[in-house]
Amino acid sequence: MNKFLVPVVLFFVLVGFLFIGLYKDPSEVPSPLIDKPAPQFSLPMLNNVGMFTDKVFLGKVSLLNVWGTWCFACREEHPILNKLAAQKIVPIYGLNYKDVASEAKKYLETYGNPYTANAFDENGRVGIEWGVYGAPETFIIDKKGIIRYKHIGPLSQKDLDSTILPKIKQLNNEAS
Amino acid sequence: MIPEVGHFALIIALCLAIVQTIVPILGAQTNTSQWMVVAKPAARGHFLFLVISYICLTYSFIKSDFSVLYVAMHSNTALPLHYKISAVWGAHEGSLLLWVLMLGAWTFAVTLFSRSLPNNMVARVLGVMGFVSVGFLLFMLLTSNPFERIFPVPLEGKDLNPLLQDPGLVIHPPMLYMGYVGFSVAFAISIAALLGGKLDSAWARWSRPWAIFAWVFLTIGITLGSWWAYHELGWGGWWFWDPVENASFMPWLVGTALIHSLAVSEKRSSFKSWTVLLSILAFSLSLLGTFLVRSGVLVSVHAFATDPARGIYILIFLAVVVGGSLLLYALRAPHIKSIGQFDLFSRETALLLNNVLLLVAMFTILVGTLYPLFLDALNAGKISVGPPYFNAVFVPLMLPLVLIVGIGPFMRWKKASLTEVAKKLIKIFIIGLVIGIALPLMVGGKTSILVAIGITLGGWSIAAAIYYLLRNFFKTEKNILQHLTKLPRATYGMAIAHFGIGVFVFGVTFVNAFQQEKELPMETGQRVEMSGYEFELKGIANVKGPNYSSKQARVNVYKQDKHIATLLPEKRTYLVQQNPMTEAGIDTGFLRDIYVAMGEQINENAWGMRLYYKPFVQWIWLGASLMALGGLIAALDRRYRLKLKKSKPVVETVKTSSKVATAS
Repeated sequence: MNKFLVPVVLFFVLVGFLFIGLYKDPSEVPSPLIDKPAPQFSLPMLNNVGMFTDKVFLGKVSLLNVWGTWCFACREEHPILNKLAAQKIVPIYGLNYKDVASEAKKYLETYGNPYTANAFDENGRVGIEWGVYGAPETFIIDKKGIIRYKHIGPLSQKDLDSTILPKIKQLNNEAS
Repeated sequence: MIPEVGHFALIIALCLAIVQTIVPILGAQTNTSQWMVVAKPAARGHFLFLVISYICLTYSFIKSDFSVLYVAMHSNTALPLHYKISAVWGAHEGSLLLWVLMLGAWTFAVTLFSRSLPNNMVARVLGVMGFVSVGFLLFMLLTSNPFERIFPVPLEGKDLNPLLQDPGLVIHPPMLYMGYVGFSVAFAISIAALLGGKLDSAWARWSRPWAIFAWVFLTIGITLGSWWAYHELGWGGWWFWDPVENASFMPWLVGTALIHSLAVSEKRSSFKSWTVLLSILAFSLSLLGTFLVRSGVLVSVHAFATDPARGIYILIFLAVVVGGSLLLYALRAPHIKSIGQFDLFSRETALLLNNVLLLVAMFTILVGTLYPLFLDALNAGKISVGPPYFNAVFVPLMLPLVLIVGIGPFMRWKKASLTEVAKKLIKIFIIGLVIGIALPLMVGGKTSILVAIGITLGGWSIAAAIYYLLRNFFKTEKNILQHLTKLPRATYGMAIAHFGIGVFVFGVTFVNAFQQEKELPMETGQRVEMSGYEFELKGIANVKGPNYSSKQARVNVYKQDKHIATLLPEKRTYLVQQNPMTEAGIDTGFLRDIYVAMGEQINENAWGMRLYYKPFVQWIWLGASLMALGGLIAALDRRYRLKLKKSKPVVETVKTSSKVATAS
């Protein structure tokens, strides 16, 4: 084969991918975990008091927010989380993902702590079980401990109003 | 009325661009000179009407004519005048208009500086550039008309994106686009040469200054973008491997390879089909960059427009232009004969290595940028590729490249002697090595092998560039002053650019290894110590700007109780779009920057503050600027201008003939 054809062939493969890419929303990620029970795990609390297990999700609707001090977008959504926590609608659990404990504590002291409790996932093992692609991610878990929704990227007020809060309301009305 | 004039001028420009494409190329293929001569007047008219159209849009912005949708969406009566003018390219439609305007300007420049070229070559070059312009003008008129009116007319505009209200961002996009679009000239010359089947060293010599000029603009554009990110994003970083940054960096890498490969094609008549491929690639990546930014296929802080219809159009256009040229290349390249032969140890080999490293670097970035898209398209999941990947693959590729930068200029064409080069350079390398080991130890802090390597290489390319110039000064018996002016500008240019690489490497290594940062809540009156400096938060004031209100912190910086600077970082809220924006307070110095940015408010008199001590950070942009300066000087070399005054292509001027003689 003519070796000078290689660039043009490669290029059209690239065009094919770009074409498919046009119809995909890069911020929308389906999760295979939706409607499945939360993966079992047990992690130390960030503040070293006891263990954090998947049992905490039982009996109430809750949020699990994956975050880290290294993650810029997390800082962006932090004020929103603080605001949501102040409204006491739903407990927000934190999964402190691939972080350094001392920095994470300092971060919460500095910017406020919206979390009811924080699991400390130092090496990111539990994050993998939860199918975390990158922080921040937020899961909604129902009263039976089943993952019902996943939001990728920083939460905005708009996301809260249009999706997250209605979803929580709906789940609260379900029988436990 | 004025917007309609602008719209109409755009349509006329399109018509002229169509004429500029079809008639001269047909003329060149059929050897009809009456058709070929149409190229220049059509190109000039095309440019004139683009200028008219551009002025009309700028006028609408200055007059705050909110009946024009684009103006209403991106301007405001409170916007200062200079931002009204720069708001023209603040979003999709207008930046496309700027893009074609610049394409028109480059085309116009080609009509002025092409007297030395054969008629059929000029006709083809202008025809190809006209074709690119047709594509973009149609795109604008069909999907993104900047002159669209709205009714009822809004009373007030939605204001310019606050991120873009910064002096750095006023000049960053035009420079970047000048670079992107500038590669269209080298591209058109290569396509014209492929169409005509004639690739000689005159082709390379003619192409070279155009490629270098485009490269200079792109270098300036990228440097400004990085400088802007440093000032405006508030994280003290200067490069984020963001998809849009990558989109501008990839053509830069290929452009760098191109200007080096052109040197071989010009002087040694070698690497020809390779050079043609690079010139096609450089411009294709510029178009790809436009596609990535304008289609929204990749998430990025920069993605202003997300619209599949626009995406499809650019993609089809990309397929036609790039696919067509690569196909033409596949058909014609097998017939290109490279004559020069060279030894394993020669300047050709060094430049080949340079090209290979730059291209591999470009591909790793391309793969990293598009990998999430590939996986997604295959339904294999979604991921994002971050800075760790890019740093891990990019840095190891650049280290050997910087090493070659020092050696290459000392190697002869065709056949160099290893012992001769080694004898010249061993001392220089030792100087670099001593600096590399001693300097980090003197500065203290955590030093590592990589830091030592970085600083050694930085010192090495600086020392080698200086040594290269000195050797050239003292080479002849002529008096030095006379020789100073006789030395070709290309020699100066190369030395300055390579010197700049050393400065850049120095800056990057130092910042990465020795920067200090503290992130903490500060109360007014509180003093914090870091890296021998003391920071005192004097207070927070409310400041009002023309279209924003702002919280401004006053931070005094002391060194050994001596006051050295008062920094005024800000947290701005733009009134119309309600976006918070960070303005860092920076005390800039030759050896270090002190950088303070505001975080979130904690309570009435406490704010989260970020303090940074950044040694040698300015060297990053200084080095990049030196590279651009070197390129500029090289592009102005006498031998490119000499031939402009003559009517026929020059065989060879005396200055360069000694090296080319063997090739032909």
